Amino acid sequence: MSAVQTSQRVDEAPAVPAPSRPAVNVVRRAIARAVLGLCVLLLAVFILGPLIWLSLRAFAASWSYPSLLPESWTLSWWRQVLADQTLGSSIRLSFTFAPVVTALSALICLPAAYAFARFNFPGRRVLLVSLFATNAFPKIGLFVSVAGLLYSLHLMGTFLGVVVVQLLGTIVFMTWIPAAAFASVPRSLEEAARDVGAGPLRVFFTVTFPLAAPGILVAMILSFLASFDEAQGTFLVGAPNYITMPTEMYTLVLNYPEQAAAVFSILLSVPSVLLMLLVRRHVMGGRLAEGFHLR
Amino acid sequence: MSDGLRLRGITKVLGGRTIVDGFDLEVRRGELVCLLGPSGCGKTTTLRIIGGFLRPDAGEVLIDGTPYTHTPPERRPTAMVFQNYALWPHMTVFKNVAYGLRLRKLPKREVAERVERVLESVNLTHHIHSYPAQISGGEQQRVALARALVLEPKVLLLDEPLSNLDAKLRVRVREDIKQIQQRVGITTVFVTHDQDEALAISDRIAVMNNGRIEQYADPHALYREPETRFVADFVGTMNFLEARVRSASQGAVVDLGDGVVVPCAAPTAFLDTPGTVGVRPEDVHVVADGDGAKARIVRVMPRGHYKEIVLDLDVVTVRAFVGMEQPTEGDVRVRFGRALVYVDDRLRRGSPSAPARSPAVS
Repeated sequence: MSAVQTSQRVDEAPAVPAPSRPAVNVVRRAIARAVLGLCVLLLAVFILGPLIWLSLRAFAASWSYPSLLPESWTLSWWRQVLADQTLGSSIRLSFTFAPVVTALSALICLPAAYAFARFNFPGRRVLLVSLFATNAFPKIGLFVSVAGLLYSLHLMGTFLGVVVVQLLGTIVFMTWIPAAAFASVPRSLEEAARDVGAGPLRVFFTVTFPLAAPGILVAMILSFLASFDEAQGTFLVGAPNYITMPTEMYTLVLNYPEQAAAVFSILLSVPSVLLMLLVRRHVMGGRLAEGFHLR
Repeated sequence: MSDGLRLRGITKVLGGRTIVDGFDLEVRRGELVCLLGPSGCGKTTTLRIIGGFLRPDAGEVLIDGTPYTHTPPERRPTAMVFQNYALWPHMTVFKNVAYGLRLRKLPKREVAERVERVLESVNLTHHIHSYPAQISGGEQQRVALARALVLEPKVLLLDEPLSNLDAKLRVRVREDIKQIQQRVGITTVFVTHDQDEALAISDRIAVMNNGRIEQYADPHALYREPETRFVADFVGTMNFLEARVRSASQGAVVDLGDGVVVPCAAPTAFLDTPGTVGVRPEDVHVVADGDGAKARIVRVMPRGHYKEIVLDLDVVTVRAFVGMEQPTEGDVRVRFGRALVYVDDRLRRGSPSAPARSPAVS
C-alpha cells in the first residue's frame, strides 16, 4: 500500500513546471522533495503507527500518557492469553472453518467462474455484477436475515450454519478472480490441445487449469483470510457453540485488560501475514488487480 | 480421386453474415495449397472448418474419402499450426511436442524418440528443455510445426504461420516449411494474405473473395492469367487501363482514347468498346526512341536490381519495372507486351494472333 502511494508521488514530482532560472529551479525541486518526504512520512505513521503501538502494548507492564515508550516491560500478558483454554479451542476452530469454507467455496464458485469466462449466456452480466450485492449491503443486516433463514432450517449454532454464513463473504473473490484468470487463457491454447487429441475435460485439467492456477491461488488465499477474519456472522450464528479467533476477540476486549487484546490480535494476524508473504509474488504481480478487469 | 482433402459446398454463416459460401476445394495428397485473400474473405474460417473448430452450416469435409464434417478436432487426422503458435507456456518444448503422443498411451521410450526425431528435423534439439518464453519467435514457430508433425497427421493446416515474424525471417521460415512439407509429403493447407508467400511455396493457390473461390490454379497460371479482375488486382502489381484493344497496321494496339495508342505484342483478346485492360509492370517496355507511344517519366524508384518508374501517357499514368540500364529521364517511347482484357471483371480470351476474326475490326 505504502509502496504504491510513494511511486505515485514520485511520478508527480517532475510535473513541477521548470522555470527559466536555475536557482529557482533548485529551490522548487527542494520544496517538491520536502513535500514528498512529508507525505511519505505521514502515510507511514498512519499505516505503521497503530501496528507499532499494538506491538508495544502487548509487552507493556505500565504505560501512561506523557511517555513515548512503556515504562516497564512484561511477558505476563502473553502467558495469560496462551494459558487460557478457550484460546486453544478457538484457534483450532478457526483453522477448521477457514479450509472447509475455502474448499467449499472453490467447489461452488470455480465452475461458475469458468462459465462466466467462457460462455455467453443470457443474464451473464447481471449475474456477474449481482455477485457484488453481498458486499453492497451492510453485512450485519444481511447476516441477521440469513440468521432468520438458518433458524427456520435448524442450522443456528451448528457447524454447517457457520460455514454457510462465512461462505457469503468469499463468493466475490472466488468468482471474479478465477473468472478473469480463466478468461486470460487464450482459447487457441485450448484449441491446440483439442487439435492433438485431448478431450474437453483433459484440456481443462492439463491446459486451462494450470494456466489459471495463480489467479485461483490468490482467490483461495483471499477466501481463506475472509473466512478466517469473519467475526460478525460467525458470532451471530455460531455463538456460544462455535467461538473462532475473531469472535473470541470480542470477549477479550470486553473482559480483559487491553494488553491481552493486543497480544491476541497479534496472534490473529500471524496466519494472515504468513499467507500474504507466501503469495506476495502473485498479489504484487497484478493478478489481484486483473481479477476486477472482467468485462 | 478420393485421396487427399475435399471440401464440398461448405457454407458457414456467422452473426448473420455468410462467411463461407458454397465452397468447393480439392487438395491432392501431398499437395501444398494456399488459401489466399484479403482479411475477412473467409480463409481462416474455412481452415477452422477443416480442423473441426467450426461446424459448417452446409457441406462436407472429406479426408481420404472419409467424411469428417461433424467430428470434433481431437478425433480428426488434422494438425493445425496456429497464427500465434499457441504453445503451452507452462510446458517445456519437449512436453509441448510430446503432449499428443502421451495421450495416445505410447511407451515412454517411443515418445522420447519420436519427439527427438521431429525436433531434429526442425533443428531444435538444443532447446528441448526450454520453455516457449525462452526461445525466439522463429523457434516457437518451429516448435508449433514440430508439435503438429509429430502426430503424422493426414492433413497439416497452417493459419498465417509467418505473420508474427520479421520480413527476413519470414522468407527463410517459409522455405523451411516448404522443404519439410515436401520431405514428409504431407497434404497441407496454408492460409495467408501475403501473395508473395503464396506464390513462393504453393503447388496451387485458391484466391478467395467474399467466401468464394475466385480462381484455383498453380502460381504460374495465377500470375500469368488471372481469371478475374479481383485476382489480377490482388496477386502481383497490375496497371488497369480503361481502353479498347484493336488491330492496326503494325499489329495489335491498346487505344487509350484521345489519340494515345500503345502498341501491344500479345493481348488476350480484342475489345471494340472500352473495357479494362490489365498490364503487368514488367510487360511495360520502355525505350529511348523508336516504335511506341510517347510518354514522360515522372518518378523513378530504385528497387535494388530493377527500377520502378511511373510514366505519364497524357491520359493515364502507368507503372513499369525496368532494368537498371534503362533511361530515367525525359521523353521515352512505351510498348506493351502481354495485356489482359477484362469484360465484366472476367478475363476474356480471344485469338490475339488472328486479328481478322476479331469483332474489333470493322
